[in-house]
Amino acid sequence: MPASEGSPDSSSSSRKSSKKPKYSRFSQQELPAYKPILTPQWVITVFVFIGIVFIPVGLASLSAANQVEEISERYDDKCGPQTNNTCERKITVKKKMKNPIYVYYQLDKFYQNHRRYVKSRNDLQLRQTSRGREQAGCDPISNTANPIVPCGLIAWSLFNDTYKFSVKDKDINVDKKDIAWKSDKDYKFGSQVYPKNFQKGEGGIGGGKLNESLPLSEQEDLIVWMRTAALPTFRKLYGKITVDLEVNDVVTVKIQNNYNTYKYGGQKLLVLSTTSWMGGKNHFLGRAYLTLGAISLFIAGCFIVLYIIKPRPLGDPAYLSWNRYPGGGI
Amino acid sequence: MANGKIRAKLKRSSLYTFGGCITPQAEDADGPHQLQGPGYSRAVFCNQPQRHQKKPYKYVSNYISTTKYNIITFLPKALFEQFRRVANVYFLLAAILSLTPVTPFSAVSMIAPLAFVVGLSMAKEALEDWRRFIQDMKVNLRKASVHKADGVFAYKPWMKIQVGDVVKVEKDQFFPADLLLLSSSYEDGICYVETMNLDGETNLKVKRSLEVTLPLDDDDSFKNFAGTVTCEDPNPNLYTFVGNLEIDRQLYPLDPTQILLRDSKLRNTTYVYGVVIFTGPDSKVMQNSTRSPSKRSRIEKQMDKIIYVLFTLLVLISIISSVGFAVKTQYQMPDWWYMPPDDKNLYNPDKANLSGFYHLITALILYGYLIPISLYVSIEVVKVLQAKFINQDLHMYDEDSGTPAQARTSNLNEELGQVDTILSDKTGTLTCNQMDFLKCSIAGTAYGLSASEVELAAAKQMAMDLDPQDHDFERNLPSNNAGFNNGRSNHSSEIELERIIRSKDENHHKPVIKGFNFEDSRIMNGNWSREPHAEVLLLFMRILAVCHTAIPELNEATGSFNYEAESPDEGAFLVAAREFGFEFCKRTQSSIFVRERHPSSKEPVEREFKLLNLLDFTSKRKRMSVIVRDEDGQIFLFCKGADSIIFDRLAKNGRMFEGATTRHLNEYGEAGLRTLALAYKKIEEADYSAWNEEFLRAKTSIGGDRESMLERISDMMEKDLILLGATAVEDKLQKGVPQCIDKLAQAGLKIWVLTGDKMETAINIGFACSLLRHGMKQICIAASAEMLSQETKEVVKENILMQITNGSQMVKLEKDPHAAFALIIDGKTLSYVLETDMKHQFLNLAVDCASVICCRVSPKQKALVTRLVKEGTGKITLAIGDGANDVGMIQEADIGVGISGVEGMQAVMASDFAIAQFRFLERLLVVHGHWCYKRIAQMICYFFYKNIAFGLTLFYFEAFTGFSGQSVYDDWYMLLFNVILTSLPVISLGVFEQDVSSEVCLQFPALYQQGPKNLFFDWYRIFGWMGNGLYSSLVIFFLNIIIFYDQAFRKGGQTADMAAVGTTMFTCIIWAVNCQIALTMSHFTWIQHFLVWGSVVTWYIFLFLYGMLSPLVSGNAFRILIEALAPAPLYWITTLLVTATCNLPYFAHLSFQRAFHPMDHHVIQEIKYYKKDEEDRIMWTRERSKARQETKIGFTARVDATIRQFKGRLQKKHHASSSPMSPV
Repeated sequence: MPASEGSPDSSSSSRKSSKKPKYSRFSQQELPAYKPILTPQWVITVFVFIGIVFIPVGLASLSAANQVEEISERYDDKCGPQTNNTCERKITVKKKMKNPIYVYYQLDKFYQNHRRYVKSRNDLQLRQTSRGREQAGCDPISNTANPIVPCGLIAWSLFNDTYKFSVKDKDINVDKKDIAWKSDKDYKFGSQVYPKNFQKGEGGIGGGKLNESLPLSEQEDLIVWMRTAALPTFRKLYGKITVDLEVNDVVTVKIQNNYNTYKYGGQKLLVLSTTSWMGGKNHFLGRAYLTLGAISLFIAGCFIVLYIIKPRPLGDPAYLSWNRYPGGGI
Repeated sequence: MANGKIRAKLKRSSLYTFGGCITPQAEDADGPHQLQGPGYSRAVFCNQPQRHQKKPYKYVSNYISTTKYNIITFLPKALFEQFRRVANVYFLLAAILSLTPVTPFSAVSMIAPLAFVVGLSMAKEALEDWRRFIQDMKVNLRKASVHKADGVFAYKPWMKIQVGDVVKVEKDQFFPADLLLLSSSYEDGICYVETMNLDGETNLKVKRSLEVTLPLDDDDSFKNFAGTVTCEDPNPNLYTFVGNLEIDRQLYPLDPTQILLRDSKLRNTTYVYGVVIFTGPDSKVMQNSTRSPSKRSRIEKQMDKIIYVLFTLLVLISIISSVGFAVKTQYQMPDWWYMPPDDKNLYNPDKANLSGFYHLITALILYGYLIPISLYVSIEVVKVLQAKFINQDLHMYDEDSGTPAQARTSNLNEELGQVDTILSDKTGTLTCNQMDFLKCSIAGTAYGLSASEVELAAAKQMAMDLDPQDHDFERNLPSNNAGFNNGRSNHSSEIELERIIRSKDENHHKPVIKGFNFEDSRIMNGNWSREPHAEVLLLFMRILAVCHTAIPELNEATGSFNYEAESPDEGAFLVAAREFGFEFCKRTQSSIFVRERHPSSKEPVEREFKLLNLLDFTSKRKRMSVIVRDEDGQIFLFCKGADSIIFDRLAKNGRMFEGATTRHLNEYGEAGLRTLALAYKKIEEADYSAWNEEFLRAKTSIGGDRESMLERISDMMEKDLILLGATAVEDKLQKGVPQCIDKLAQAGLKIWVLTGDKMETAINIGFACSLLRHGMKQICIAASAEMLSQETKEVVKENILMQITNGSQMVKLEKDPHAAFALIIDGKTLSYVLETDMKHQFLNLAVDCASVICCRVSPKQKALVTRLVKEGTGKITLAIGDGANDVGMIQEADIGVGISGVEGMQAVMASDFAIAQFRFLERLLVVHGHWCYKRIAQMICYFFYKNIAFGLTLFYFEAFTGFSGQSVYDDWYMLLFNVILTSLPVISLGVFEQDVSSEVCLQFPALYQQGPKNLFFDWYRIFGWMGNGLYSSLVIFFLNIIIFYDQAFRKGGQTADMAAVGTTMFTCIIWAVNCQIALTMSHFTWIQHFLVWGSVVTWYIFLFLYGMLSPLVSGNAFRILIEALAPAPLYWITTLLVTATCNLPYFAHLSFQRAFHPMDHHVIQEIKYYKKDEEDRIMWTRERSKARQETKIGFTARVDATIRQFKGRLQKKHHASSSPMSPV
């Protein structure tokens, strides 16, 4: 190098050292690392472990599902095809049902999850009296001049069949309290907000009416209905029966058949069900757990057999590509 | 500087017979150029820059800029760049449409991620451009001495220099612009220019000013100087220039010898004056540079294809959705009394087709989650971090120059892991361009004990290989070799190797003296006089000291002389002569003075050699001679030249040492040294004067055949020589080059050398860095100069084609599996090859050859060859170089690597990666490339997996909502999915994943082949991952739907609503994809653990916090976790079930794959895991050596070949001993 290059050297020497990357295990990509390897032991352990965890869970789920008693009764056909009539159904209890017995109504082909339907509500007006004039998003069940509370399609199409139960001519009370989510009652539906202009002319009468003297937070049927279902077939809680039903009890249900499912050909079912720790009667979960557990054990078995038939010593260099395909190729 | 003055007085032209002195006559031959018409419009008013301040003579300033943007253009241009990506355009449209009622999501959830992603990318662009700007400014602010007025020169930054300025450039400075040479410190106005940055040639070029401007040789003379240059317009042609200089109404023609080009450097000349002709972007070198193309890696291109696949899928399911929607709307919606038709067209049964069309847009937005918006930005983040790691790597930090490696663009990190062919420049890249005198053979005796780097490295490698590997061979070696040693004591390369192996542990002294690395006490310190043939030794050293064109310069500090030589070889000879006691100390017009230190006398004797003639070196003659008269009046011709040339010209009685010398020359060649043979003859006075007369006549003759006449006459003199010996000079390779080439070859990379150097030099370097070896069959393709000048193009082409076909035939017919071919082609020939369809034949031949060397190639040709390889083979090419002449190829190649730390920055500025030393290339490719490739490949696969797994659940849900476009998830979940909840783990995969540690990467070069073979990003793998995504989406959706179908999920009897189902489903997705990535990773530092499991935890934290917000914000998700889901066992059980079901097949596949079809890195991981490498060192070493690709180049191959040869001989010897009659 020519001597002339020497002059900036001294000034650059400090710069030089500052350019030197600082050593750290991070920057040199040498951080201590856990490098797990799928050894046969690990593989078999994992599969066996899944097996022995899932099968008991599956059995527990199944037994929980079996504890649940459920009676469902389709009534739209028997009570129809007109609405606004009363009809009576008799249900025989097959097994003892301990209270609380939950009463559900079930609809199908009802698209509560349709985008147009889901959006057709206004949470503001439901919550605060001061925002009672809010009608945004409620189209076409909205009226700016005479604001509707609750507005929107969901509220407007409120389910309005009613059931009256009696066993041996003794009326059974249906408890309609606490069927909605607590947070909905406490926070979403105002205790000072009262229904206004609801089901009055605009676009015709849809579903149920509301008691204008009760605040929304106590209109639990509405609150339940407003939690839109994920699927077109859905159940919603109607109420609770707080007495036990004995075997062979015949429950007489007086149904006020108001709700129009005939137009779109949907069914209406009345469901009585108990619950377990898991919720309703859900056999699928237990079966799925059992199946998966069994498959895991089976795979574990397969691997054991394979490892016995065709063992590969771990880290055996004979399996390196250059030893397996000498003369090139991977 | 008294010394400089003396030198300056020297008329250099007298030293030259051929090159330098021809030009003056040229002006007599043809008058001023006729410059008319387009292309010759430029006028330069010398010394009157002010006249160039207004049109039409206002030319561009000397400011150069390589930036992509400026402040004004940044926004539009950078935005345009961003929206060149299809996916971004899609998201932009989606964001715009999200403001209309068709949107399924809130506008914020569409616009925010897009703004984030685009903003981040643009910020990165801005940062990168800013760095480029800083680099430009460094060049622009260099200072140059410019004539102000009245003979006063002052320093100005380069960017302020204007056309017409007179500039004074001093020794070792770069020319700031293209200059017209006016005068120099030499009386006859010549100067020496190093054009390494332009064409990579290291020998100095002579430039010569016009005679009319010669008097302008000091500052004062520019007071009143004025002149006008009319010349050609700016053009990229480096070797032409046409123009006239008008001074005092007198026209003088100009040609390229008067032009000093920007980026070349003034050497061996104290100063020159020049007028600026072309500035900044107009200068030839800038005209030559092409805008650096924005490069994209193949993986990214392939990724685009995947995105198209996903787009197709997106459109497909959108069409399915909208058809379904239209049908539902038309036939069923009228029955849905609870949903009366609206007056707009979105849900109008009467206009179902229109509604369907609107819905198509909705669906296209809704399913947009199939296209990972954060993919680009995640990749960008990952690449920037990977680049940071490259920059930070201490193993690629050069202590000497203080430069770390630098990833200048982060776009190509993964491409580094897939390189197939490396195209390398030679000078400055492979070699330091510094010669060391290493060995010599005088009078048939080899002197010089130091081993060349190649020998040392080869010996080390061989010793290492032999020890554990070939026991059989090792056992044979000592006993048999002893026999050899007894039999023939003085040569045989095997024994040489043996010796080096033995001496491998001896400390290798670093050369204390630059250019001299010679060790041999037999001739050092005057001991030569005690050797046999002392008189030959004496002559030999005299030739070294006398036969050259260098100038001595006294180094006042040390009292010894430094030499300004035209080529570094010559410098090395002079240093060697000085060390031997023959110090060249003075040169005058007619004499050369040498201080000879004879052992007999203490004081050195200064001897004068009268220089009678100098027959200089041309690449055609390949020799140089001086005719001198010594103090006794005896006339000698001293000659040095290529061995083949010299051997042809020996006298009958001059061949005494020919046999031994030839043998030594072969050894030297094999050891990668540059060799020259030295010879002399005595000339009788009468013979000389007769010859000289003829020579003088030829020299002064005018006409075209003057040169050939001179050549012929020189030729007459240079014969009947007496051979003295040969020299071996090591063209010092950059540190670690042979090892690096060896390693790269073992990793399966092909290496081509493209150099501007002469063929011989290139071949020598080929030997030095083991790209060539003895016994390799060389296919030289070259058209002779006569042919090029005399024959028509067609004939030349045909001739070349024939050479190529012959070469191919030769390769085809070769039976020996170990035979290796080397292809050597020269630039002129290459230009013919490249412009025709011959290039494919050429490429086919080149691919069959183990090494390819292209010499005398212009920068443009380098780029063309690179393109040929890139496009012809379809493989990934990497070009590495250090000078401006490499810019073309660096830009053309898929990856350009610049060598930083040397002077010119052009290569670095054009490059994608800059490293300080060639040897860092190994780590850059084999470690970082390998890692980055796998990281990015896995990362992209995983990205598509997770977005398919997520996006398709949206689609399935549509089927249950009457295709209405409702999503089961909250908008916020979706927003966070890509941006936060799943992005950090995948980034950690892309940044930190290591299949094996860096040491293992280096030890097992075969692992690198996973990249070029693209094992981790082929369609099989991509579709596998997509299939996995499809499977996961099905599992996640349907298990959840079935479980939450109609039954109560809480003990309180409530059934699940959409929010509960959606949230549970989303929880399952978060678990499934994060477990999936944990299964994908094989390297967990705390960071990975933190990010993967942290993401899952973040989801719950988010859900909790989101639930705590006002119900107006969180809607149905209000308190969903604490009130509904967390207390419900069903939620947790479902999560576990879905996660397990999603990942079990992949886990089984992974286990099976690893157990029964392990890949190389699996096995190595296991070996490391069980520490087998420490227990069984022999196995480990054996596997390491097997992991190398079978190579035909590199010194391992050379050692292998030697061993084969050796074994062959042993066998023969064995034969011979059993049948004693046959000769050995």
